[in-house]
Amino acid sequence: MVLLLFIIILMAGGVVAWIASRFNETVGKIIALLTVSADLALSIMVWLNRQAYLDSSQDQWMMRFNAEWIPTFGISVSFALDGLSLLMIMLTFFLGVLAVLTSWKEIEYRTGFYYFNLLWVLAGITGVFLTMDLFLFYFFWEVMLIPMYFLIGVWGHENKTYAAYKFFIFTQASGLLMLLAILSLYFIHGSANGTYTFNYFELLNTTYSPEVGRLLMLGFLAAFVVKLPVVPFHTWLPDAHSQAPTAGSLILAGLLLKTGAYGLLRFVVPFFPEASLELAPVAMLFGVIGILYGAILAFSQTDFKRLVAYTSVSHMGFVILGVFAFNELAWQGVVMQMITHGISTGALFILAGSLYERIHTRDITSMGGFWARMPFMAVIALIFSMASLGLPGLGNFVAEFLTLLGSWSANRTLTIFAAIGLVGATAYSLRIMQKIYYGEARMDPHRSSHSQDLGTREKLIFIPMVLLIVWLGVYPQVFIDTAKRPVNDGLKLSEQKIRKSFEAREAVLNQKGGAHE
Amino acid sequence: MSDLIGFIPLAPLLGFLFIGFLNKSLTKGWVSFFACGAVFVAFILSSVLFFNLLNAPEGQAAFTYTAFDWITTGNFSVSFSFLVDPLSATMMMIITGVGFLIHVYSVGYMYHDDGFRRFFMYLNLFIFFMLLLVMGSNYLLMFVGWEGVGLCSYLLIGFWFKNQDYNDAAKKAFIMNRIGDLGLILGVILIFVTFGSINYADVFSKAGEFPVGSEIITWITILLFVGAIGKSAQIPLYTWLPDAMAGPTPVSALIHAATMVTAGVYMIARNNVLYTLSPFTLEIVTVIGLATALFAATIAIAQNDIKKVLAYSTVSQLGLMFVALGLGAFTTGIFHMATHAFFKALLFLGAGSVIHGMSDEQDIRKMGGLRKYLPITFITFLVGTLAIAGIPPFAGFFSKDEILANAFAHSKVVYAVGAIASLLTSFYMFRLFFLTFSGENRASEEVKHHIHESPKSMTIPLMVLAVLSLIGGFMGVPEVLGGSHALNNFLSPVFAQSAQIAGEHHHLDHSTELILMGLIVGLTLVMIFIAYSIYVRRKSVPTSNEASLGAAHRLVYNKYYVDEAYNTVVVKPLYFLSKVFDSVVEKLLIDNIVNGTGKAITWGSKTLRLVQTGNTGFYILAMVISIIVLLVSRSFL
Repeated sequence: MVLLLFIIILMAGGVVAWIASRFNETVGKIIALLTVSADLALSIMVWLNRQAYLDSSQDQWMMRFNAEWIPTFGISVSFALDGLSLLMIMLTFFLGVLAVLTSWKEIEYRTGFYYFNLLWVLAGITGVFLTMDLFLFYFFWEVMLIPMYFLIGVWGHENKTYAAYKFFIFTQASGLLMLLAILSLYFIHGSANGTYTFNYFELLNTTYSPEVGRLLMLGFLAAFVVKLPVVPFHTWLPDAHSQAPTAGSLILAGLLLKTGAYGLLRFVVPFFPEASLELAPVAMLFGVIGILYGAILAFSQTDFKRLVAYTSVSHMGFVILGVFAFNELAWQGVVMQMITHGISTGALFILAGSLYERIHTRDITSMGGFWARMPFMAVIALIFSMASLGLPGLGNFVAEFLTLLGSWSANRTLTIFAAIGLVGATAYSLRIMQKIYYGEARMDPHRSSHSQDLGTREKLIFIPMVLLIVWLGVYPQVFIDTAKRPVNDGLKLSEQKIRKSFEAREAVLNQKGGAHE
Repeated sequence: MSDLIGFIPLAPLLGFLFIGFLNKSLTKGWVSFFACGAVFVAFILSSVLFFNLLNAPEGQAAFTYTAFDWITTGNFSVSFSFLVDPLSATMMMIITGVGFLIHVYSVGYMYHDDGFRRFFMYLNLFIFFMLLLVMGSNYLLMFVGWEGVGLCSYLLIGFWFKNQDYNDAAKKAFIMNRIGDLGLILGVILIFVTFGSINYADVFSKAGEFPVGSEIITWITILLFVGAIGKSAQIPLYTWLPDAMAGPTPVSALIHAATMVTAGVYMIARNNVLYTLSPFTLEIVTVIGLATALFAATIAIAQNDIKKVLAYSTVSQLGLMFVALGLGAFTTGIFHMATHAFFKALLFLGAGSVIHGMSDEQDIRKMGGLRKYLPITFITFLVGTLAIAGIPPFAGFFSKDEILANAFAHSKVVYAVGAIASLLTSFYMFRLFFLTFSGENRASEEVKHHIHESPKSMTIPLMVLAVLSLIGGFMGVPEVLGGSHALNNFLSPVFAQSAQIAGEHHHLDHSTELILMGLIVGLTLVMIFIAYSIYVRRKSVPTSNEASLGAAHRLVYNKYYVDEAYNTVVVKPLYFLSKVFDSVVEKLLIDNIVNGTGKAITWGSKTLRLVQTGNTGFYILAMVISIIVLLVSRSFL
């Protein structure tokens, strides 16, 4: 029930905030803030009660919810929560609260509709992380897409229409391929077993020939790979990130990209373990290409938000590298990377937003010397630049180290190249500090006259982020423990399936052999 | 006893946090008190442990302490735990002892700087990370310290961040270090894959099962050494260290001479078991160390910036330490590291005192005659110079001689090159000394007017370090001079396993050792005399006109153009690549495909729309044609 509540609170809160804003905008904002905070509080309560789940060895799922929706087509309202989705929704609500706070002053027109869209994106994302019905999954996949399109298209920067379209078309087109794959899965399962259903757990047991498996996997992969994004399907991302309002970039980088990673872990590998294993070398190669390509591109960007966007491309390369390494260390690294990247990149985008509010530009070549004027902000920027370059003691290091440790046993050469990405990360991360906060002030004093240091609201945003990224770096064990069962179960399931189909093929071969004799 | 261990790194961390949080509300006096006090506490605790180890009974050679589990997943497990054995205790004594002196010195040196608080925050943070580096009982914790000191080094090199050149120097240092760290992290991964653990104790005990010359161990040691090359500024990753002199001078003394840059030496000494198992890597270490020692020494001869000379000297001396390690003489490497920490910190702080007195002038061509103005600095600097030149009984003599003796026993070539490097050292150091302190002052009248001896907070650390540079060598008096080499005995448990693997070292007989000693001291005196005759008797001052220099001199003066070469070969092509990717691949290729697809669809739908004419006759015609096409195609297929 709680699971359904998570989504309903957001959706209802969005509608109420919209209506309230027509009368009083501040009330609308406060409702939006309270809504997300309520969800955050709720998820923390779930988190605090996780011990029983961690200790028990029976059900993989901490909570489940099931209700019929359209029984004729086998569609149900089905939610389930395990350690992985718990971590993901906590991240969602945490960043959600911050997204509301960053928008507080930035959004000056149509605020009611803005908060409606914001909360509905969050609702869509929550749904994606929780739902166990593929029809519903696709529904939520769309729910997070459309409001995001509005967020970029209505409240974005100078080139917002182009960016919004590009984002929409990339994700929509790839989403349709996934829909095709979902429908095929539905019919294949139905015709084989007689029961037509979109239920995740039922569909997990579907069997099909390797060729069909490959095709279906590509359908799912298309959607996730574009979201993640994997080079060369990434070009929507720099545009969308740089044009979106701050909260939009925060949610895009912090959460939407993670739905791609989540999809790989939850759907692609468990559904199609064999096909994934076949694809692994290629996928890992693309991951490494992304790591290096993103890093090299980030290095010469002059738009702060574009720069951060390319760092995301680079960091997400580690995700795909780790997922297809197929072992516990790498997968734990991936889960850590999803969380830490959400926080560190999110923080960098909020910094870009705070700077934009002050000096109305994102061009880092016209900035410089802000340390003297805004030391608090500079320290925050320093911490997250360091997180982004993978400094030990901050969360991102743990993530990348575990990923590399895991992927080493899967593919040595690619791991070495991936590690070179860490040097690239140093170059681009330091560039942020050099160009913006160090040096002489380049901007004419008139334009930068409003550049005061961070205010209370902004400090309230950044301080929790700093604490969290340090926590993740120094004591990540709590998070690792929480993700342990989903990670292990996912791997075990895939292994079993691969073994089973291998045995089946062996049996067929033996039979054939026997017939010949 | 073990419970004390946790407080040692904690003290400077608390100092950092305390100053950081109470930033504006603390006066400079309180900031100095907390910052210095934190390091002093760490020093006292380290001393307690050190003397406990010194008097510990046989077999009780280490203390360990586990703070908490850090990461456990699958078969990987690592915790925040510390190991204090003779090696780390020695390092801790240097870090906290020299560190404390430099903290005190900085109070005077940085007093009028706007960033006073920030400076002490960074300094305390540095001590914290440096302690983690040497106290960590596993590779990952060492790596935390390793990267953390890199961060502090970056922040402190770029401390005066308004100057873009300083920032570039800071960035360069960080990136070059990270290139080295790439090797280190891959080495750590390989260690985990090979041994199934990254705790020192597990790894070293399992390493015994591997044969000497094992391929995997060779790879591991090479990768770790790449990390050491970056951190300890060896060829080819040394160019960041001279640039790092952009930082305030106490930083150069603490980080870029006494402690951080010796992390590579510590790391190899820590891994002595692995390195002993790989003679091939030891050869590489020797060769790189030797090349660096000589190469950097030649550059130092032609530099005119007081700190640059000392920086190249540091690079060169680090090279000598690696030579010692490469020869398997781990104690000797640590011994030279310790004495070097004393005299090089002294020299840097002395240089700082000179710069402080000369209104921030660093060019030795504009100094001279400072003996009169800065008497304490003069005496202490002289002690440091004698120590680095290797004049007995100063500290450098014993440690350097031990390296050369080991080299002679190993190979005459190594000995010869090492000896040349150390003779060059005595030449450029006395060149520096004479140009700075003797003769007439060459500064402008205005600067001359302001020259003053530094305050007590600066001169007292100088005096303490001078005493250490004078007597520091007595911890390792060789047998031939009637000593018992206390350091060797103290450290022997750490190197016991590798001594067993390596077997008996062939020692020089005492007469050869004495002859070599006499020879090198004699030649050193000759070098000093040459420097004396050029720079004191002939009063020669290096020219500022580069064109008038000979070709070889110009090559050295320009540091063999290595920076320029790196810029052309690495930096510019990468930047170019980035631009090309951005403008060609991203904008031209991918975006055009994307936008082109969009346009094609728009065009297609526009064209198709024309079909919708609304004319019934046309629709019927189209239908008939379609039916015919379908029928025809069916009959053919």
